[in-house]
Amino acid sequence: MQKTLLLGDEAIAQGALDAGISGIYAYPGTPSTEITEFVQNSKYAKENNVHSTWSANEKTAMETALGMSYAGKRAMVCMKHVGLNVAADPFINSAITGANGGLIVVSADDPSMHSSQNEQDSRVYGKFAMVPILEPSNQQEAYDMVHYGFDLSEKYHIPVLFRITTRMAHSRSGVALKPPRAQNENRMPDDLRQFVLLPSIAKRRYKNLLRDHTAFMEESAVSPFNTYMDGQDRSKGILVCGLAYNYLMENFPDRKVPHPVLKIGQYPIPRKMVEKMADECAEILVVEEGYPVIEELLKGYLGRGLKIRGRLDGTLPRDGELNPNLVAVALGLPDTMGLAVPNLMVGRPPSLCSGCPHIDSFLALNEVLNGLSRGRVFSDIGCYTLGALKPYEAINSCVDMGASITMAKGAADAGMAPVVAVIGDSTFTHSGMTGLLDAVNDKSPITVLILDNGTTAMTGGQDSPGTGKIEEICKGLGVEESHIHIVRPLKKYHEENVRIIKEELAYPGVSVIIPRRECIVAIDKRMREKFKNQQTVKE
Amino acid sequence: MKKDIILAGVGGQGIISIAAIIGYAALEQGMFLKQSEIHGMSQRGGDVMSNLRISHHEIASDLIPFGQADMIISIEPLESLRYLPYLSPAGWVIANTRPFNNIPDYPEIEQVVAEIEKIPHHIALDADAIAKESGSPKAANIVILGAASPFLDMAFEKLEAAIRHTFGKKGETVVGLNLQALKAGRLFAEQHI
Repeated sequence: MQKTLLLGDEAIAQGALDAGISGIYAYPGTPSTEITEFVQNSKYAKENNVHSTWSANEKTAMETALGMSYAGKRAMVCMKHVGLNVAADPFINSAITGANGGLIVVSADDPSMHSSQNEQDSRVYGKFAMVPILEPSNQQEAYDMVHYGFDLSEKYHIPVLFRITTRMAHSRSGVALKPPRAQNENRMPDDLRQFVLLPSIAKRRYKNLLRDHTAFMEESAVSPFNTYMDGQDRSKGILVCGLAYNYLMENFPDRKVPHPVLKIGQYPIPRKMVEKMADECAEILVVEEGYPVIEELLKGYLGRGLKIRGRLDGTLPRDGELNPNLVAVALGLPDTMGLAVPNLMVGRPPSLCSGCPHIDSFLALNEVLNGLSRGRVFSDIGCYTLGALKPYEAINSCVDMGASITMAKGAADAGMAPVVAVIGDSTFTHSGMTGLLDAVNDKSPITVLILDNGTTAMTGGQDSPGTGKIEEICKGLGVEESHIHIVRPLKKYHEENVRIIKEELAYPGVSVIIPRRECIVAIDKRMREKFKNQQTVKE
Repeated sequence: MKKDIILAGVGGQGIISIAAIIGYAALEQGMFLKQSEIHGMSQRGGDVMSNLRISHHEIASDLIPFGQADMIISIEPLESLRYLPYLSPAGWVIANTRPFNNIPDYPEIEQVVAEIEKIPHHIALDADAIAKESGSPKAANIVILGAASPFLDMAFEKLEAAIRHTFGKKGETVVGLNLQALKAGRLFAEQHI
């Protein structure tokens, strides 16, 4: 069969298109970004009016997708794992309201923190919300599971969580595609009170969810993505899920594992299969990417029952991404290792691009703060977080989207002065605006630098929802017009920018300074496009 | 046939193009392929690597195990050394000797090249100079690919066809320059094996 080479992310997007979605909703976040971008670039999606513009944040994305589901159509919402924190409120409650049109929530975890501030495991959220979870082990499964997930969602009127990890998202392989199916027609929910979570209704809906949870377990027992493969050597059984399955098989070139293997791709985990393994095997090795979710479940709090091996007893490392070697060692197989890295090796951390506007902003800010004690700059998540590193060392925090403004306010409340917040334009509209309102209402003495490069740069230059609106938003939130400044972060305006920052630091209220200059990568991309189009016209 | 290849470089140097060309050639021969890439923050001038696995049999892991890579292909000398733990005892390192120096503590280039020359099976070449000589100064990555080509166990014509396919949209001139770069790299490797 003809196969198409797709990234895991792209396989999910193609799966969603072929399963008949009417919209995809997301805020960019590595490693999930390419799912939505694939739909945005798809001719089929355009022809079929599949909605795909970016949302302001993961919460608005989740809620909009829920609204599309309410209206009877299939929707997908995508985010990185920490985005699910932002969307947690609607996500958890959507399990209570239930879905109407099929609804899949994709959350991309980042074990080993390649581009993230933690390695939280989205499966914990799925269990918390009590929704079914799907976790593919390869690109083909990722594609097939989307179709399956929408059917499961529509069968039980429940959102389905789709959990992937970085390697799954960003690894490419051949995928066999199905013919696309049509989108749903608009159709009201059967029960028009189902989405009204007043306590009296929520109580009824929650009982509904508890009842359905038993059905989800029955679905897991017959799921094509949960398989029990017998093996002769029962000194140990191997319970493996998601991508970790590939690392297991890598250690057996003939793909024959001597031990019984339970491969899990659908949660809640299939109880009978786990019981079979527990009955037949002397011990169970749990190999899972991320937190020891299943391992903890099997082990129990006291760990006095079954003999369970995995991340908790040191058979596998407690943190970080798995790989074939770690699994080999856990199986008692010989490890392999190449040559040592020579001693002269040094790190090559990512850095701000040469010509980046943030550099000029940091140089001006550093000059103003020079002479004061260090540690006054609260910042946020974006390319500018690299300003924490040498040679700038200009910022002192990066916690979650939007935390710069609110943390600065808290520090100002504590009496710290002067206090600065540094946030990007896209992060500001994601989660900074509400914090700015708090600061305005308290007339907090903080100076907020909104670095406006007109794009969501770090994830590859997606549209920024606030482009052209930043100063109007600030005015609307009540920042005094005389304390809103738009400056040009360029060397030739350095003295002027230093003067403005200095003046505003002295102002005992909320000031907003907007250093505005387009991201140089975005300019480069725009010029290439322009050049390409001109070429096309010539041809 | 199976080839496990670590592609290394600095963000923006073009390792993804090399992966795409080898990948296309492999798929045209009906091989299986898995390729894991780095996206996101690491691209901002940081070190980047990609795991490219091609095989006539189905591939399990997206990641190449340590100590089992058949090749490390690096567009940057220091980066070729970063991934040595992946190299199998019989594996080859094909490395550019032209440094990409965007860090304050970059080691002496002579020492870096000396370390590359300690590796039992290696091809070290100034791909930027060769690219320039061959008239395609922007194609250092393709020169490196050419130098790696004798170890790919695949007919050279298959790679040429993949280059035609990859750069076809950019016109005959670009295709021609890249084919020259590929040949120049190949020639260097053949003279230095």
